[in-house]
Amino acid sequence: MRNCDIVIIGGGPAGLAAAIAAYDNGVKNILILEREERTGGILNQCIHNGFGLTRFKESLSGPEYAARFIEEAKKRNIETLVGTTVLSLSKDKTITAINSTDGVFTVKAKAVVLAMGCRERSRGALNIAGTRPAGIYSAGTAQKYVNIKGYLLGKEVVILGSGDIGLIMARRMTLEGAKVHAVCEIMPYSSGLKRNIVQCLDDFGIPLYLNHTITRIDGDNRVSGVEISRVDENKKPIAGTQKYFHCDTVLFSVGLIPENELTKGADIPLSPRTRGAVVYQNRETLIGGIFACGNVLQVHDLVDFVSEEAEIAGRGAADYVLCGSGEKSPIDTTNGRNVSYVLPQKIDKNVAGDVKLFFRVSNTFRNCTVKAVSGEKTLATRKKKIAAPGEMETLTLGSNVVESVSEPITVLLEEEN
Amino acid sequence: MYDCIVIGGGVVGGTILRELAKYKLHTIMLEKQSDVCMGQSRANSGIVHAGYDALCGTNKAKFNVAGNKMMKEYCAELGVKYRNNGSLVVAFSDEEKSALKELKSRGEKNGVDGLKVIGIKELKKMEPNISEKAVGALFAPTGGIVCPYELTIAAIGNAMDNGAELLTDFDVVRIEKRGETFDIFSKDGREVKGKMLINCAGLGGGKIAALAGDDSVRVMPRKGEYILLDRESGNFVSHTLFFAPTKLGKGVLVSQTVDNNILVGPTAVECDGTDTTADGLKYIMEKSREMCPNLPLYNTITSFAGVRAFCDRHDFIIEESAKVGNLINCVGIESPGLTSAPAIAKYVAEEIICKRLLPEKNEKFNPVRKPDYFFKNLSAKDKNVLIKRNPSYGKIVCRCEQITEGEIIRAIKENPPARSVDAVKRRTRSGMGRCQGGFCQPQVAEILARELGVLFEDVTKSGIGSELVTEKIK
Repeated sequence: MRNCDIVIIGGGPAGLAAAIAAYDNGVKNILILEREERTGGILNQCIHNGFGLTRFKESLSGPEYAARFIEEAKKRNIETLVGTTVLSLSKDKTITAINSTDGVFTVKAKAVVLAMGCRERSRGALNIAGTRPAGIYSAGTAQKYVNIKGYLLGKEVVILGSGDIGLIMARRMTLEGAKVHAVCEIMPYSSGLKRNIVQCLDDFGIPLYLNHTITRIDGDNRVSGVEISRVDENKKPIAGTQKYFHCDTVLFSVGLIPENELTKGADIPLSPRTRGAVVYQNRETLIGGIFACGNVLQVHDLVDFVSEEAEIAGRGAADYVLCGSGEKSPIDTTNGRNVSYVLPQKIDKNVAGDVKLFFRVSNTFRNCTVKAVSGEKTLATRKKKIAAPGEMETLTLGSNVVESVSEPITVLLEEEN
Repeated sequence: MYDCIVIGGGVVGGTILRELAKYKLHTIMLEKQSDVCMGQSRANSGIVHAGYDALCGTNKAKFNVAGNKMMKEYCAELGVKYRNNGSLVVAFSDEEKSALKELKSRGEKNGVDGLKVIGIKELKKMEPNISEKAVGALFAPTGGIVCPYELTIAAIGNAMDNGAELLTDFDVVRIEKRGETFDIFSKDGREVKGKMLINCAGLGGGKIAALAGDDSVRVMPRKGEYILLDRESGNFVSHTLFFAPTKLGKGVLVSQTVDNNILVGPTAVECDGTDTTADGLKYIMEKSREMCPNLPLYNTITSFAGVRAFCDRHDFIIEESAKVGNLINCVGIESPGLTSAPAIAKYVAEEIICKRLLPEKNEKFNPVRKPDYFFKNLSAKDKNVLIKRNPSYGKIVCRCEQITEGEIIRAIKENPPARSVDAVKRRTRSGMGRCQGGFCQPQVAEILARELGVLFEDVTKSGIGSELVTEKIK
């Protein structure tokens, strides 16, 4: 068994930024474990641009954004094992991993950062009726085939779900000569970023069918068509509203699920709302010394936020290694009216500094106010012209505000009358 | 010239092929699809039935009880997952409870051991998640579960390891009988000659018999839809839970699988096709919730459908055709066909083929086929031995089921060879987990292209016409 100060599980944008931040905060003995053959994670297949607008004030492609962090990690000589899959993690921070060179091996860490990312919800999970031919892909898998492997998947496409990857793939497939007949979204709003709706659908004349879902997939060896239907307010298909598209390809962009199998294996408490770990503001989970960041913690829409969150976790892990864990004085945060979740779920008042609350609203609202309140006190407030579930919101609480709080903090959205 | 030609690569054909490999016989299997185990053996409940359902004196009763008794050792030899989890037929009224007694006495007449009618208290103890409305159950301790495709593929693989041959994509379009010889032609112009023709063509059983000159066999399809839940919910039930049986079959069941998923289904609709329907899936959800109201259906990872082939006799037909000599029909093998298969195979080999052809024993027959699949179940030490010998076992390809590149390469190379993504999936479980191949499918396709020496664009999901990609981007 080898020993490490910090082991980081996952070498995508979250893992890389966490490693760099931990290093810069004084911990040099860091090991990144990455299951793919190179670091960079899902950014490697995101060849479109628009990454880094917030962080670098310029528009980078996914690989370019990743390269900046890979370069920084390299400069610091942070050890990375690629082609290495973590098989299990225990509460005492022992990690069992496997690769072709070292076989099955264990690492004992002082602190662990979970940065495993997420997976896509598959067609199977939706119980969509029909056959199971070739030509059905989740959007991210399609992206890998097209952008990494360099192959076309089909010519006539229907997409279910208006998540960002689905929107990006609608444009990508169109640019490669395919006809995207429709993007169906079961909700009354898109879960993707507004800019992606405009740049990926509107600019190419691809129709977005809100309140619609695929009700049947046909085809024997290969997809031959899909039936879509309008849904009612309970998301049940309405008889008589069917529309049929002949197509050879169906893409699913119906949600991302944080990959918390290792987290569950270590009995780390998860939030049913985010499907990620419950964390303090330094991204420490309820198991001391184990931190989480990026899409394994909450599904982000901008990688810039992932990097920011990962740096918090990296600093937290470094502090834990160097100073140990102090007594905690926790205050809970909860989602109130029109808000679906808030992160961090706990704030340790004994840790100094501002706290940035990340949250998502539960529907599309215009002219509204987002607020953090505690008891009778309003801690922070911001007016919004528009707020949508597809765009993560933030509110920052100053350190003096955090110190003064004695009751749970609720984040809510008020509509203007 | 072959001694025996087995048509159909399902569990019945597969176990017969293996049984025949125990003799010095020149044997071949012909399969219409691109891989074996593509029909009803692929998608069914995977239950090793105890044998109380079948009417006394039927082939179903006889072979079910015999097959049940053989299954444990049979699976052990082949390295196939089997578990003796026990079955419960759950009653929801006093009327149904008295029907259980009838079922019990029928089972006892059929030779089923250990049957016991239990009350609600004991049932609750065995299955804490059972509905409050249940009043009791028939407990069949000999009931079990097995992986149906693993069993079929392993039996065929073991037969091939012992000398049997296999032709896939062999769609039989013409059969000529010249004297004592069958001459069989495929759609693509291949020809195979043999003395004994064993018709295990499942849904195609009627067609094959008719091509050979026997138009008396009628086989009809009955579709069944299923829903499969994530391993995370795998301990929700531990036994196989049945409703009291009806005329259409055993109804919707809720069961653990050998891979620790939860399987619910099937429906029973008399039609062909393996498509799922909104109504069918809804019905399964409703019925399974009647059995277990808190069933975590939100943890669904996939739904699918399979077809059962039944014939108007409503019993297995396992006999030489009355019209065509040396044509052995094994048709109408609906449930409990999977359980019965090893016993049917033994009967066909010993009582029909051997008596006709009088073959010598194959002294070299090796019944053991121990795959190093299930790498994830090995100890760390054993894993490291394997990785040292072959580093590809250190590369996890399917993260959800922890399947290594080594296992995938092996599935492509060993008998019967996997040549498509789905074929790899049935042999290794790669792509059967919670992401349903989202991550591993492109990698599996790449390994297939490399190992088979074909272009990436020629790799299929499940045979010609199901290519994963259309063309290379210029």
